[in-house]
Amino acid sequence: MNIHEYQAKEIFRAYGVPVPRGGVAFSGPEARKVAEELGGNLWVVKAQIHAGGRGKAGGVKLAKSLEEVEKLAEEMIGMTLVTHQTGPEGKKVEKVYIEEGADIQKEYYLGMVLDRTTEMPVMMASTEGGMEIEEVAAKTPEKIIKVAIDPTIGFQGFHGRKLAFGLGLSKEEIRPFIKFAEALYKVYMDKDANLIEINPLIKTGSGEFLALDAKMGFDDNALYRHQDIIEMRDLSEEDPVEVEAAKYGLSYVNLDGNVGCMVNGAGLAMATMDIIKHEGGEPANFLDVGGGANPDTVAKGFELILQDENVKSIFVNIFGGIVRCDRIANGILQATQKVEVNVPVIVRLDGTNAKEAAEILKNANIENIIAATDLADGAKKAVAAAKGEL
Amino acid sequence: MSILVNKDTKVIVQGFTGKEGTFHSEQCMAYGTQIVGGVTPGKGGQEHLGKPVFNTVKEAVNATGATVSMIFVPPAFVADAVMEAADSGIELAVIITEGAPVKDMMYAKMYATKKGMKTIGPNCPGIITAQECKIGIMPGFIFKKGNVGLISKSGTLTYEASNQVVKEGLGITTAVGIGGDPIIGLSYKELLPMFEADDETEAIVMIGEIGGDLEIQAAQFIKENISKPVIAFIAGQTAPKGKRMGHAGAIISGSKGTAKEKMDALAAAGVYVVESPADIGKTVKEALSKK
Repeated sequence: MNIHEYQAKEIFRAYGVPVPRGGVAFSGPEARKVAEELGGNLWVVKAQIHAGGRGKAGGVKLAKSLEEVEKLAEEMIGMTLVTHQTGPEGKKVEKVYIEEGADIQKEYYLGMVLDRTTEMPVMMASTEGGMEIEEVAAKTPEKIIKVAIDPTIGFQGFHGRKLAFGLGLSKEEIRPFIKFAEALYKVYMDKDANLIEINPLIKTGSGEFLALDAKMGFDDNALYRHQDIIEMRDLSEEDPVEVEAAKYGLSYVNLDGNVGCMVNGAGLAMATMDIIKHEGGEPANFLDVGGGANPDTVAKGFELILQDENVKSIFVNIFGGIVRCDRIANGILQATQKVEVNVPVIVRLDGTNAKEAAEILKNANIENIIAATDLADGAKKAVAAAKGEL
Repeated sequence: MSILVNKDTKVIVQGFTGKEGTFHSEQCMAYGTQIVGGVTPGKGGQEHLGKPVFNTVKEAVNATGATVSMIFVPPAFVADAVMEAADSGIELAVIITEGAPVKDMMYAKMYATKKGMKTIGPNCPGIITAQECKIGIMPGFIFKKGNVGLISKSGTLTYEASNQVVKEGLGITTAVGIGGDPIIGLSYKELLPMFEADDETEAIVMIGEIGGDLEIQAAQFIKENISKPVIAFIAGQTAPKGKRMGHAGAIISGSKGTAKEKMDALAAAGVYVVESPADIGKTVKEALSKK
C-alpha cells in the first residue's frame, strides 16, 4: 500500500525526521488559508498523487503571493497529471499540499528498501538529488552509496558515517545527517515500510537537513497491525476493479487483450498469459483466484472478467493444490446462474479432485463450457474461440 | 536418493489442529509421510488424526525425534513458530503460511540461520520426494518417481511442470516450492548443488518469475558449478510494467528483474530456456536424450 506525500510527512514529523511546514488543501480558498497560516512570502503548491515525476508534469509549482497559491491550487485540483510513473492514462489530482518555501543549498537523494540479497533493509544515498534515480543507477552507479542495516543491531553510527562520508559531507554536517538517517530507519522499521524515498533531501542555508519530498510504501502483509496506516489509504488512487477484486481475495489486473483468464497462483496466472500470447492471442487480464477460492470468489472472478467488454473468450486454468477443483467447478456453475456468461469458457481443471470437478461440469451440461485436456490445448482453444474460430 | 526429505523423515506439524493443518496433514499421511505428531499450544496431551498433540515444539521433538516441521500457523504468528522450531532443534522448517509480514520473516530467517535450521517458504507449496514423503499442500499423485529435480517459485507451476515431466514418461526425485516472497528460505543457489550431488537426479527444472534477481544469481552459479542439464521457465514474459510508486527496488539488484533479462542470463549459462510453459516436459526429455 502507498500513501501521499503529505501523509508520509506527517509520519516523518512524528518520528523527528525534519520536514518543511505545510498543510493539505482540497480547494483554492483552502490552499490560500493554509498558506496564510504558514506565513512567509514563498510557497510550494504540490499535487498529491501516488506517483513520482510530478515536477516535470507540472504538478509542483512555486507561488510568490497568496493569490498565486490560490490560483495554482485551483488549476491543479481536477487536472490529470501524466508522469513516467502514472501510465499514459495519468492520475487525477484531488488535493494539493501547500508547503513553505525552503532555502535549498544542496539536493541529495535518500531512500530505504529491502535488499533481497542481504535480506536486510538497505539505506541508499546519492549526491544526485532531484535527478531520476533510476538514471543515476544506470549511468553512474558509483554515485549511489548503499548500506545494509542488520536489524538485530539496528542503525549504528558507522552506518550513518559510511553514508555521510560517501556524500562528501563536511565535519559539522555529519551529526545532523546521521540524526536524520537514524530517525528515518526507525520510521521504516516501526511502520513495516517496504519503501521510503526522499528525493530531494535538502541541505538548507543554515545547515539543516529537510525532507523536501517523501514517498512511502508499506508491506501489505503487515497492515493488520497498523490501523493508522490503513486509515491513510486513498482508494481513489487505486483501480476500482482491482479494489473490488481484493475484497474477495482475488488479485486482478486489467490488460488490453480479449482472452480473459482465471487461474490459481500468480506464477501459473502469468504463465497462462504467456502461453496465450505464444499461441497468437492477447490476454485480457491477470486474475489469480488464490488459495482460498470458493464458489463465491470464483463467481466474482467471472463478473470481474466480464466487466471488460473486449473479452471474447475465457480460459479457466486451474491446477488444484489448496484450491480443490470441485470447488472451482461449483463456482463456474454458480457464476453461470448469477452472471450471464455469453462467451465461450474453456475450462482446464487438473490436480486435487479433478475427476469430481469434471463430473460436476459434465452433469451440468452447459453449452458454452468447453473442456481442455492440458495447458497448451486450453490456450489454443481459448485463442481460437476469441477469434471466433472454435 | 533424493534431497532433504525421504520416507524415513519424521515430521511434526505446527498448527496441526487448525482447518488447513488438519486437511493437509491427513493428505500428507495418506501419501506416506511420517507425521509423528503436532503442536498446538493449549492442546497438549490431546490426540489428533491419531497422533499426539504437544504444547511446545521442544516437547514434540523430544517425544518423537522429529527433524522437520511443517508450519500452518496464521501469518501473524508464523515468525514465532519458525523461531520456536529453530530453538527446538528442528533441522528443516517448511513454511506453508501465506501472508507473513516481511519484517517478521527477516528476523525469523536470521534466527533460523544462526541455529543451523534450514527453511523452505513461506507462502509455498512445500517439498515432496516422489512416492516417499510429501511435506506441503501439493496434490501428491502428480509426482511420480523419476530422475528430475524441480525447484520453483510458483506453487501451481510446480504441479504443472511435474505433470508435464511425468507425461513424458519421466518422473521426479524431489520437488521444492521455494515461494516468491521477498524473504524466502532455501533458494536456487542452495538447492542446485544438492541436486547436483544427488546420484538419482539427472536433470533439474527451475521455474522462476519476474522480480528480484534470484534467477540471475542462479545463472551465474549454474555456469560455474552445475554439470547436469538445467531446464528453465520464467513466468511473466507478457506481464506489463507495474505501476510502481518508487524506483528503489530496481536499484538494489542493479536490474529490473524482467523475464527477458533472466531468460538471457540463464541461456548464456547454458540452461535450456523454454518460452512456452507447455514445453517444459518436452524440453526435459530432449535435454536428457542428449546426455
